[in-house]
Amino acid sequence: MGVKVIIPTPLRPYAGKRDSTEVKAGTVGEALGRLTTEFGDLRKHLFTEDGKLRSFVNVYVNDEDIRYLAKENTPTKDGDTISIVPSIAGGLCDGY
Amino acid sequence: MATAPTLKMSSEIAQKIREHGAETYPHECCGALLGRDDAGTDGIATAGGVQLPLREILALFPLVNRREDSPHNRFSVTAEDVRDAEKAAREKKLDVVGWYHSHPDHPARPSQYDREHAWPWYSYVIVSVAKGKPAEMTSWRLSDDRSEYACEEIAIRDHAAR
Repeated sequence: MGVKVIIPTPLRPYAGKRDSTEVKAGTVGEALGRLTTEFGDLRKHLFTEDGKLRSFVNVYVNDEDIRYLAKENTPTKDGDTISIVPSIAGGLCDGY
Repeated sequence: MATAPTLKMSSEIAQKIREHGAETYPHECCGALLGRDDAGTDGIATAGGVQLPLREILALFPLVNRREDSPHNRFSVTAEDVRDAEKAAREKKLDVVGWYHSHPDHPARPSQYDREHAWPWYSYVIVSVAKGKPAEMTSWRLSDDRSEYACEEIAIRDHAAR
């Protein structure tokens, strides 16, 4: 048993159409690293070019937002569930 | 080449999106598109050009624009709102297949900001609201490599009484 990672609907086409996967990981960062190693096409949608989590990608460990824990250093153990949840933003260009 | 994707909705759904845009004018409105995608999450074609599935919007989940600092040119839907929309979709045995928002006094074209913040697979419907009156409505999908937004045809099709 490892850490379950729940993949949001818009990213499933890049993860072999799966809604979740299991990885062995001691932190959230490790889990996301394993996930994007297994499914390389996910990387550009989760991370910016300099390797930071995109601002509209929200990650929860057992329903706790990692922004209020230790971010990507948040520890994980077997049986935990990591959920990747989108937030949505947009609007007119700057200057309008 | 892949066939251009099509987003199907009834005239009633289209009217509701337009009305929401008029209601919140001069601020941007936003909400979730609940519906079905024929191919589930097989979604958008990748290289190789497979036939794109038909996607249909069957209900809306209007949301409050969380961008109180700049609601006339930005919209924001929090992760909690996304979870609420997904729950509402599940209860109707549908999926969240996209999002809509308005562009007050500007064309229904995605901005650079829209593209940078977009997710793949989702349909993004934009309605232009000119001087308080809803005008053109378009739909867009982000390409696999995040480089561009492709226009998606909106097909208004009303069903016979069910």
